[in-house]
Amino acid sequence: MLHTFVSYVEDRPGVLTRVASLFRRLNINIISLTVGRSEREGLSRMTIVAEASSEAGHRIRASLFKLENVVDVDDIAQAPAVTRELALIKVAATPQNRAQIFDLVEVFRARIVDLTTESLMIEMTGVESKIEGLIEILREDESRILEICRSGKMTMRRGHHVSSVLKAMGKGAEEAAEEAEESVSESETA
Amino acid sequence: MTGKAQARAKTVEAKAIATEEIEASERAHLTTPTRLTGAEILWATLVGEGVQEVFGYPGGAILPVYDALRKFPIRHVLVRHEQGAAHMADGYARASGNVGVAMATSGPGATNLVTGIATAMLDSVPMVCITGNVSSKVLGTDAFQEIDITGITLPVTKHNFLVTKAEDVASALRQAFQIARSGRPGPVLVDITKDAQQATAEFNFEAAKPRSYRPHPMLRVEESGLAEAAELIRNAKRPVILAGHGVMESGAMEQVRTLAERAQIPVGLTLLGIGGFPATHPLCLGMMGMHGESWVNHAIQEADLLIACGMRFDDRVTGTLSSYATKAKKIHIEVDPAEINKNVKVDVALVGDLREVLEELLPRVSARDGSAWLKTIEASKGAVAVRDIKNLPDSGHLYAAHVMHDLWRLTGGNAIIVTDVGQHQMWEAQYFHHDLPRTLITSGGLGTMGFGLPAAIGAKFACPDKEVWLIAGDGGFQMTQSELATIVQEKIKINIAIINNGYLGMVRQWQEFFYERNYEATPLVSPDFVKLADAHGIPGRAVRKRSEVEAAVGEARSNPGPFLLNFMVEKEDAVYPMIPAGSALHEMIRRPERDPLEELAGDM
Ligand SMILES: Cc1ncc(C[n+]2csc(CCOP(=O)(O)OP(=O)(O)O)c2C)c(N)n1
Ligand SMILES: [Mg+2]
Repeated sequence: MLHTFVSYVEDRPGVLTRVASLFRRLNINIISLTVGRSEREGLSRMTIVAEASSEAGHRIRASLFKLENVVDVDDIAQAPAVTRELALIKVAATPQNRAQIFDLVEVFRARIVDLTTESLMIEMTGVESKIEGLIEILREDESRILEICRSGKMTMRRGHHVSSVLKAMGKGAEEAAEEAEESVSESETA
Repeated sequence: MTGKAQARAKTVEAKAIATEEIEASERAHLTTPTRLTGAEILWATLVGEGVQEVFGYPGGAILPVYDALRKFPIRHVLVRHEQGAAHMADGYARASGNVGVAMATSGPGATNLVTGIATAMLDSVPMVCITGNVSSKVLGTDAFQEIDITGITLPVTKHNFLVTKAEDVASALRQAFQIARSGRPGPVLVDITKDAQQATAEFNFEAAKPRSYRPHPMLRVEESGLAEAAELIRNAKRPVILAGHGVMESGAMEQVRTLAERAQIPVGLTLLGIGGFPATHPLCLGMMGMHGESWVNHAIQEADLLIACGMRFDDRVTGTLSSYATKAKKIHIEVDPAEINKNVKVDVALVGDLREVLEELLPRVSARDGSAWLKTIEASKGAVAVRDIKNLPDSGHLYAAHVMHDLWRLTGGNAIIVTDVGQHQMWEAQYFHHDLPRTLITSGGLGTMGFGLPAAIGAKFACPDKEVWLIAGDGGFQMTQSELATIVQEKIKINIAIINNGYLGMVRQWQEFFYERNYEATPLVSPDFVKLADAHGIPGRAVRKRSEVEAAVGEARSNPGPFLLNFMVEKEDAVYPMIPAGSALHEMIRRPERDPLEELAGDM
């Protein structure tokens, strides 16, 4: 199954290697990985998506916590969460077929962010299936897609789940996770 | 002040910091900030952490550190190979429970440490390795003797640091010590560039103190878990305690013993658990697993409850997992959450420090009558023990089992025994009965040949007043035998027993059992070890008959300096019982029915 981990790690050299190396050692393929600054000073936030057996989640989370530079790990599992991906897609476009692409972009609620005589660039944010839907339709016309750049998934739990807040209230990350699962039942909307 | 005078002043200052005040008041010297070089800060920090010995080998990239050593009250032990330094630090840590420290230069010095670091990692031994590296300005340029040792050791250390500034030396080292000894212990490497050693910075030991240790956030000992565990213990008909290395690491010997005695539960030991529960205790079953005695493994397979204490269900103790202890409920008490349900699915997990967990559990455990189960196990021993080689009359042959048994008897079981890896290691575990913790030092997880001699040296430094014996095979001894010179240079007393069977015995045994006796690459020509010892000025003698064992051991023990005994044992002897890889725990190869002495008579 697909596992999604959200992890806060120290923002210093080598930390990404340590996290990646852990998955390598377990012979688990990382399907997507996004890293960026977080709301916590000096900490980066990672969203790691990996394919592994259903029991592997516990061990991966426990092993991540064993890394000195890892501050927090949340195993999103089936909890209600919002997941988004960003894609930049450059397509060949002539004055003749531009309008058609514009319509497509409109339908998918994407945006045109660059336009030249021969090409245009589409920016799209959404769940994976939506991005794949757009790509699929663009592919109907061979040789139209010139480049695709996808960010990988970013995931955030729904509801008022803030690990640091719950911690400050004296609860462990685990309990916090359970509570968040209980308190929010709204499901993913695409 | 002239440069020289300044240097002298600094020296005096550092000396004052390092030596005098530490005697006067424990930590006073560490609270006064002073400007020192990175190299001096390194030693001052080690002093502050209570380090007395460092095992190491110098080279260009760590020379500033070596240059500063004379100002500090630390004994440096010059090894003959950096692998030896790592094993010595490891042996020191295992014997004392304190963090061992090894040191090496960059490049080849650092890579030579790797086997030793991996050995400590797999056995959860607290150790700090310090390496020099090239100047930070040339890092990443393939400068002379530059190697990415933090990259190389990433998977075999608990954590590692690259330090490029003098002002970071103290905090990195202090953090390294904290990490090495906390939670599930392990080795930590600190790589320090040459410019960081040479630059100066303010040294303030107290200020360099790491944030307080954060226990693993997934540690979990709940009321419900404790209650459930107590309930399982109360209702069990055939319980077995499985005691591992964690018993020692956590210092839970008393608590395990109380649990066993109160609830009358027999105790099986892992190889690294030996010493955690007295071998001569009536409830002790001995070692479990691949070369465990049949009654231990049978008891586990028949058990209806296993209480795993600080052990990790390694494949060497479980055999095939699908048929492992299928009738038993399992309680796992373990400090590392990543070990829970890794190999064996458990019913109750109490994730925390073993001693603390048992302290919480014990009040819920009341006295229980375990006699029926204990009798069943006792009955299952019957015939096995009779067939055991140690009970056979002396026919002039020398068996390793005899040597182990006699060593145990003659030393009163009080010595620290350090083994190498192979058949002799298993015979030691079977026939030398350890009643005390930290008296068997052996490489379990990695099974590193060459571990023995250097680890024995480390153990002797940790426990100078204890009798230390190395028991090594003729193969493994040759891997690190150069450390004989270290013994001589450091003037330490170690007794060395080489179990000389002319083979890489354990591999030969596998070839005998599973490869149609195709003894490829296992017959082994060795130097005359007695002469080799003699070349180092170490006396020794060869022992060929059982009748000679007692006198020879006596001679070694009474010799004031090191002594080497070359036990010329039966060449094609095998360790029994044995569970072939991929078999279930009860499917063991038993001791031969025939008298093994008769069987081997034709070999003469
Ligand atoms: C560094 C290393 N290389 C290879 C092995 C594989 N191995 C395990 S036991 C053994 C034989 C050891 O022979 P010896 O030291 O003579 O001990 P014996 O088994 O004869 O008692 C070997 C080669 C190992 N454990 N470690
Ligand atoms: Mg041998």
